[in-house]
Amino acid sequence: MPSQLEGSLAVARTVARCRPEVVCAYPITPQTHIVEALSRMVAGGELAPCEFVNVESEFAAMSVAIGASATGARAYTATASQGLLYMAEALFNASGLGLPIVMTVANRAIGAPINIWNDHSDAMALRDCGWVQLYASDNQEAADMHVLAFRLAQECSLPVMVCMDGFVLTHAFEPLEVAEQELVDAYLPRFAPRQALDPDEPVTIGAMVGPEAFTEVRYLAHAKQMDALDAIPALADELADRCGRRSGELLGAYRCADAATVIVALGSVFGTLCEVVDELRAAGRSAGALAVKSFRPFPREELRAALAGASRVIVLERAFSVGVGGIVSADVHAALAGLHVPVHTVIAGLGGRAITRRSLHALVEQACAGTLADPHFLDLDTAVVERELARSRAGGRTGGRPGPHAENILRDLGIVAAGPV
Amino acid sequence: MFELRIHGRGGQGVVTAAELLSLAAFIEGVQAQAFPSFGSERMGAPVTAFCRLDARPIRLREPIAEPDAVVVADPTLLHHVNVFGGLRADGYVLVNSSRTLEQLGLAELHGRHAAQRLATVPASEIARAWLGRPIPNSALLGGLVALTRVVKLDSLLAAIGERFSAGAAEGNANAAREAHRRAAAALGEANREAVDA
Repeated sequence: MPSQLEGSLAVARTVARCRPEVVCAYPITPQTHIVEALSRMVAGGELAPCEFVNVESEFAAMSVAIGASATGARAYTATASQGLLYMAEALFNASGLGLPIVMTVANRAIGAPINIWNDHSDAMALRDCGWVQLYASDNQEAADMHVLAFRLAQECSLPVMVCMDGFVLTHAFEPLEVAEQELVDAYLPRFAPRQALDPDEPVTIGAMVGPEAFTEVRYLAHAKQMDALDAIPALADELADRCGRRSGELLGAYRCADAATVIVALGSVFGTLCEVVDELRAAGRSAGALAVKSFRPFPREELRAALAGASRVIVLERAFSVGVGGIVSADVHAALAGLHVPVHTVIAGLGGRAITRRSLHALVEQACAGTLADPHFLDLDTAVVERELARSRAGGRTGGRPGPHAENILRDLGIVAAGPV
Repeated sequence: MFELRIHGRGGQGVVTAAELLSLAAFIEGVQAQAFPSFGSERMGAPVTAFCRLDARPIRLREPIAEPDAVVVADPTLLHHVNVFGGLRADGYVLVNSSRTLEQLGLAELHGRHAAQRLATVPASEIARAWLGRPIPNSALLGGLVALTRVVKLDSLLAAIGERFSAGAAEGNANAAREAHRRAAAALGEANREAVDA
């Protein structure tokens, strides 16, 4: 039975039913509601046995998760934005050690300029840290994906990030189902660690490895993620069989099979894309949408098969690599090598900017007309950019100080707080 | 689909208001999605909350640009925020005030919208009387239900009962009831005037 729930609460309740034994967390918007709810469940005895550890930083949160997981406890944490970056070193340790930690990332932009709103800059910055990265298309999937994530983490001895769009999903109230306890228990067996620190049987975990074996250990990390490419669809099928809802697959296709134009995206924009696809189809345009739900490992073969029949592909990205352009599109390009399908990179929804149906319709028009820049920045206010560039050039000529971009642009836009002090 | 946009300030409970309306609709078996748009979270900062209701599951994730109804929880926002931006021609307006729209300088709304679609309700005063605090959200929803009939008053009261602790629920329910009664009476007057004219 669904209840009308906030996305964060549905995730917290689902995580609780996965019976984590250690939850360590440091609050950061927009992730906070999840760990607040979990802390209440631990304090109230609803989630037991479980230790909730308040830590002094995200670096400590991940370090505690590593310690807990290394002793054989099921460990969970959640973070976002700068918090994820502050964990960076520990993230590589967790994956390098093969510890099956599960973490929710409530995706949020990275400063500077400081911004609390949603984009994918945080998770994309850590895409090479060796964690599995799953991206939820909606809140039901975000909740259910955690059940799959704990099982996947255990089976592959890999840490798993479940990425859900900050605010857009975490703070949205919708009819949501929380997987039943019996269902989760049947799906998720007790954690039997492949390695465990135990005072009675002392072992070393985390040995120094020199050039003689480092490549081999790292190769195994890659091989395990390739195994996860097979495990994810199988686990998703099993979960769907048990709970009657599909979630956590490699890809999610919507009216793609015969589509001339396919828009590829990660995360919550998929719902809006489905609406746009229906509107385009109603107007006689052949369009489809494809959600990449597993970004690491990247389902190269499956993506190639899904897009092989398309006339053009638009990759809609909520982050970008400064100096190059698309991040996801680079992987899509590689997957489509030799197929001669044009791939357009579109950067959209940065720092909480809404991705609207109106803009997406205009985007598809431009893509079909062949007038998109590469990369194309959706809804970029070029007048504001031109004015700031002119100011920089003028400042350079006169030897004056043009000042910081962010404050100059906020003044141009009439945002009160950015006035001269 | 019915789309509502609520403009208020941090501390007025506008995010909770959108949540409550979504819960009331859920109780009636209607699909509902509520979500906020924060500035930095702090008391007094402008906050916008959104609520969509529909017969089928809601997939859209964009903010509501062309609402069917606008609720203004703090009339001081009228000077800072384009609260009526995109409001549909047959849309509803509810403003939290003891004054009339004319007194608030909003007479031009009468030119664009039928009188039966416009209302003010002194939600903060009603809340102060029933809750001891001027948190206008439940009263505003009572007024909105009288204005739009988008959900039943009973469903709103059930949502309030579910969302708040027992003590707070009673005050909020009373505030919603009183605002509903006062808005319905004012709209009845507007209806009679329309018939006379």
